[in-house]
Amino acid sequence: MKPLIKKLVEAVGPSGYEGAVRELVKKEVTRLADEVRVDALGNLIVRKGKQSAGGLRIMLSAHMDEIGIIATHIDEDGFVRFTTIGGVGPRTLIGGRVQFLNGAFGVIAGERLTATDPVHSFEKMFIDLGAAGKADCPVKVGDLAIFDRPMMDLGNRLVAKSMDDRISVAVLIETLRKLKNTPHELYFVFSTQEEVGTRGSTTAAYAIDPDLGIAVDVTATGDTPKGMRMAVKLGAGPAVKVRDGGMLSDPRVVRWMADTAEAAKIPYQLEILEAGFTDARAIQLTRAGVPVGCLSIPCRYVHSPSEMVDYNDVRHAVSLLTVLLSNPIHLQ
Amino acid sequence: MTPKKTSPSTSPLIGAEQIALLERLSNAVAVSGAEHEVRKIVMAEIKDLADDIKVDALGNVLATKHARQEPALRVMLAAHMDEVGFMLVDGEDGLYEFATVGGIDVRQLPGKTVLVGKDHLPGVIGAKPIHHTTADERRNAISLDSLRIDVGNENGKKVHPGDRATFATRFQQLGPSLVGKALDDRLGVVTLIELLRHAPAHIELLAAFTVQEEVGLRGARVAGYALDPQLAFALDSTPAGDLPSWDGAESPRYNTRLDGGPAIYVADQGTLSDPRLIQHLLQTAETFGIPCQIRQPGGGGTDAGAIHKQRAGIPVVSVSVPGRYAHTAALVARLDDWQHTLALMVHALERLTPAILEQER
Repeated sequence: MKPLIKKLVEAVGPSGYEGAVRELVKKEVTRLADEVRVDALGNLIVRKGKQSAGGLRIMLSAHMDEIGIIATHIDEDGFVRFTTIGGVGPRTLIGGRVQFLNGAFGVIAGERLTATDPVHSFEKMFIDLGAAGKADCPVKVGDLAIFDRPMMDLGNRLVAKSMDDRISVAVLIETLRKLKNTPHELYFVFSTQEEVGTRGSTTAAYAIDPDLGIAVDVTATGDTPKGMRMAVKLGAGPAVKVRDGGMLSDPRVVRWMADTAEAAKIPYQLEILEAGFTDARAIQLTRAGVPVGCLSIPCRYVHSPSEMVDYNDVRHAVSLLTVLLSNPIHLQ
Repeated sequence: MTPKKTSPSTSPLIGAEQIALLERLSNAVAVSGAEHEVRKIVMAEIKDLADDIKVDALGNVLATKHARQEPALRVMLAAHMDEVGFMLVDGEDGLYEFATVGGIDVRQLPGKTVLVGKDHLPGVIGAKPIHHTTADERRNAISLDSLRIDVGNENGKKVHPGDRATFATRFQQLGPSLVGKALDDRLGVVTLIELLRHAPAHIELLAAFTVQEEVGLRGARVAGYALDPQLAFALDSTPAGDLPSWDGAESPRYNTRLDGGPAIYVADQGTLSDPRLIQHLLQTAETFGIPCQIRQPGGGGTDAGAIHKQRAGIPVVSVSVPGRYAHTAALVARLDDWQHTLALMVHALERLTPAILEQER
């Protein structure tokens, strides 16, 4: 799976501009699917299987978009001011490099700080594209960029800029590949605009009108020095979400996921995330309501240019999803 | 951006008649949730311009101008009828505590004249005169809790908690500028009326004159659901923060600039515009030599934020007329910017075909 992961995490796809990722995914899934379509907001919707006895209509969602920045002003000297697309933290930026959608590269630097500023605010940062002046700058107001960083393979651990959520995109593609028979009508949604407010999955879920929704996304961990209060750690298996900042998983879905993992002897952990949310929230609140759960890939340093996941967690997530979707489901 | 002018773009689409309508609309009172005065004017104006007109459950005016040829593209155009203002909360002896409706900076309220209730009774947001303030008081912003709308004893008996109030500013045309209290978004309302008048034959034009935009895009949400278009444009007004800075330094934050032409949105708080629609507008502007500008990406938002998330998703973009001093008693916009906005939209609709939805993005 590593070559696929590398291709996906190194692709450029900030929210609203997921085209390059969508083309990559389309190439991978077309052979494996019964139907592939792109909707009005750019979601790639992949159908596999027909509903038979005990079967449900199920929506799975992994988002293609990543956080980034957007140019707001080009000054007379050719420096670019910017604002953020999605939840970007100012602490991770200075010294980083960005790649614009038009292929231009630049470095992020900051104004000289006064003694009272603990950290650069976005207003005090700029991007230097090496331009001699405004006329020479290859970027216009409204152009988007992502944080440029190649994937690093540390053996069991992988580090990249957009593990959130390309790692789950890889998991869904691989699950689609592994899945031989299913009693369900499955919709694998590679969604758009999650990082700006789960917008793509909102409209995809409306169109699909599923009986059950499952988001696949990354979650934070509590396993780093003096880190956050959280039980999830790298290497202990995929995490079955119980709750996050925007959603309470349907307890029947949590039990189904956990029991299935136990029975198949696949390692898993339970996740309680105190802030943030995923496409599962959008699916849950669709139309008259949908039972949902979320399978999470534990990930350190989420929303930094160096997000770290454990390769075994990733492989176990594929195994668990494959078992979950291969058999009839009786939520109880 | 300001493309080269290849042809005169100031078409005669906005003349004395449209400015007079803008004046009536700007002077009408339609604080969010109580849009009937503006709705009444809109209904009368579009009576002969649309094939089907209805008022929905929230008060949106939904007007359809059918396409007269195939293949037709279902295009929604939204402009909000409501304006920011005030609501009386409690009071006696003609002095009323009030709440703000929509985004209003309380610091700029003391000393402003207002119109209160359905009879537009005159009132004043009182301010302590400088004779009686301390140096300390003058340094600190006054809080909403300590402000009152003063309508006088007699009229005080005719108004009630829940009545709306708005700034008393009367519309004026000053040289190249238009000045009024509610040009956000009556400029868009008149633009939309004119677009109904000039609807191209191949477009199924779905016009939504929306309510409650200023309190959270509430009208547009149900209008987008009901009209279920293939794509949508929001027509609004956006702040121009282009005043020179005190030290002459280059300002990196201005949102838009007066005289820069219509402002096209790429990203705001609630929406990422569809890149195909952005390109369509930019190419239209270039082709017809219409000046336009990209609104600085950032906060704020328009009806597009609610529309694009309806049903199975709707590609959207917003186009705004820039205006200084938005959400105060006097917004200043330029007639030229407004004319260019209407020209851009007329040409953009003429050139719009279903093929745009097949383009790569």
